[in-house]
Amino acid sequence: MPKMNMLQAINNALDIAMAEDEKVLCFGEDVGVFGGVFRATSHLQEKYGRARCFNTPLVEQGIIGFANGLAAQGSVPVAEIQFADYIFPAFDQIVNETAKFRFRSGDLFNVGGLTIRTPYGGGISGGLYHSQSPEAYFAHTPGLKIVVPRNPYQAKGLLLSAIRDPDPVIFFEPKRLYRASTGEVPEDDYQLPIGEAEVTKEGSDITVLGWGAQMELIEKAVEMAEKVGISCEVIDLRSILPWDEDSVVESVLKTGRLLISHEAPRTGGFAGEIAATIQERCFLYLESPIERVTGLDTPFPLTLEKEYMPDHLKIYEAIRACVEF
Amino acid sequence: MTTTQDTHSLAFMTGDEFHIPTFRLLQQDGTLFEGAEAPDLDQQKALRIYRAMLFTRVLDERMLAAQRQGRLSFYMQCTGEEAAVIGAAAALDDADMIMAQYREQGALAYRGFTYDEFMNQLFGNELDYGKGRQMPIHYGSRKLHYMTISSPLATQIPQAAGYAYGQKLAGEGHCTITFFGEGAASEGDFHAALNMASVHKAPVIFFCRNNGYAISTPASEQFAADGIAPRAFGYRMHVIRVDGNDVLAVYQATQQARVIAVEQNQPVLIEAMTYRLAAHSSSDDPSGYRSRKEEEAWREKDPILRMQRWLIDLGWWSEDEEKALQESLRREVLETLKRAEKRPPPPLDSLVSDVYADVTPALQRQLDRLKSHIRRHPEAYPKGARSLDPDVSATADADKPNGEQGGA
Repeated sequence: MPKMNMLQAINNALDIAMAEDEKVLCFGEDVGVFGGVFRATSHLQEKYGRARCFNTPLVEQGIIGFANGLAAQGSVPVAEIQFADYIFPAFDQIVNETAKFRFRSGDLFNVGGLTIRTPYGGGISGGLYHSQSPEAYFAHTPGLKIVVPRNPYQAKGLLLSAIRDPDPVIFFEPKRLYRASTGEVPEDDYQLPIGEAEVTKEGSDITVLGWGAQMELIEKAVEMAEKVGISCEVIDLRSILPWDEDSVVESVLKTGRLLISHEAPRTGGFAGEIAATIQERCFLYLESPIERVTGLDTPFPLTLEKEYMPDHLKIYEAIRACVEF
Repeated sequence: MTTTQDTHSLAFMTGDEFHIPTFRLLQQDGTLFEGAEAPDLDQQKALRIYRAMLFTRVLDERMLAAQRQGRLSFYMQCTGEEAAVIGAAAALDDADMIMAQYREQGALAYRGFTYDEFMNQLFGNELDYGKGRQMPIHYGSRKLHYMTISSPLATQIPQAAGYAYGQKLAGEGHCTITFFGEGAASEGDFHAALNMASVHKAPVIFFCRNNGYAISTPASEQFAADGIAPRAFGYRMHVIRVDGNDVLAVYQATQQARVIAVEQNQPVLIEAMTYRLAAHSSSDDPSGYRSRKEEEAWREKDPILRMQRWLIDLGWWSEDEEKALQESLRREVLETLKRAEKRPPPPLDSLVSDVYADVTPALQRQLDRLKSHIRRHPEAYPKGARSLDPDVSATADADKPNGEQGGA
């Protein structure tokens, strides 16, 4: 099996989707000749022509509005927003249009073909505007699906599912791992399920849950915890919306403890939603309060980024605090 | 409401009926075009402009090199656009507001921002007015009336209309200039801004640096019309297109625009035709989307060289003075760079300050928790640990000049 980094895996998924279905279009700022500022769309214009892979003017609300129209018409747009921090001019198109298209028309029309790809997350010295993790804003919007891959294999399989899914999907790509994360990725077409979490490691003392780039830090923390005799079960949620309640419940019923970690600020972050649901469904089984290890309730910093990040040390300490509660 | 007359013969219009010429005064050899008249610009002011242009060029060259050496995380150059930015800033009152995009360090240099001040921001150290929170080149200065840069594109354009409207109400005779690229002009915020400014008669100058590229996207893929200038008609706004590499033309156009803005309370759109000689940023490589030949053709139109030739012809400047200024700027930029990169970062408490006017109890708890975590693992967070250890802070603070932060 070939080794790929996450960008290559994403590029490969787009290539497969465009080759298979001529209705698939890729567009966004700088995605044409240049192949995107991160090169996720490299060579797609060369292969499939300017009509199917192109640069757009610099207007995010236009990109998503245009994509909504294309999807309503029956095309399969894969629209790129260059950084998740710049998705907000398109917030109206996504929240009021994309998410409600099917519902408001009584299923006469839908934009289910739409996939929005966007790099998110910190750890790259990007400061306020090249680091944010805005998944929770969109998680508050019924009608959207939200997917976050943790490695190249996941990225390819989940992106192919997102493109073919009958509902619109926002696909948040952990840009810190674009080149840093490499692994074996099948060359062939394959899909991974949307809405299903994955238990990446079984354990008995505590469930440690995250998604995207945070999984790498969780794995590191769990290694430390195992060394001091704490058996951790690790879950990659993969889909924020819809999220796999049953898998998390099943795990917490077994371990009695839950730690959730995300990079986004604590208040209003998606960990709060998970914690609320799990205490409803697992209350009598919980042996410690559900712990959250998150970013601070501040804009994303720059010079003090390392201090801000919910890193492996903070996760490790929180695992211990849970178990020793 | 419209004011048009009726017609009974069918005819569509495309806008091609309008031809917007480019206002130019200075030729590349430093002489004026035939029939062109130099603006009212005395030697002192001309040299202030020229020095700011050279100051900016030297800063940009040195800091890109510093980035390449790994001393700086990121950089963006103004190279090739110095005349557009500095010529415009010079045409204003120094107390007029500047709301820039991110490639307008020349305007700040013209206003007197020092190399030390630039460096402190670039290195995000404890003397950075922005407290080390933003990526390099996100400068701001209250005393120099230069709004702190925000990365999201075009957001400053409607804000400039609002700021200017406030200035009109204040009645002190000031206006706002906002800079943006031809790419940012595609954002909805640009159109919202022009319409609101025109409807509400705000004294604002919309200054578009049409430099040919938005990262890799050429202007030909950004808009189908003849540049940005014709959009003014849609909002019934004064407009002029000017050669952005001609400092005299930019200066005079902006000077007149300011008269329209301040005396008639009317917004003006200026489209300066120029070229981004540098990469978009230190993270960009233009060889993937444009030719060396194209770049070379524009290097021939260097705006600094053009002004230098004009100054020398007038006897206001000499090659010796040029050499001496370049040498002293290069020396100064190196000295300030070395000073700034050695300075420690802002203290840990700056993580939670300024989110609100006062730190909320919840944020204070988060900070306290973070501090005790860092105390347990000081080796993992050297920057944060520094401000927790009183001995380290005391030494570092001893050589910190008093009150420098107060000058923002």
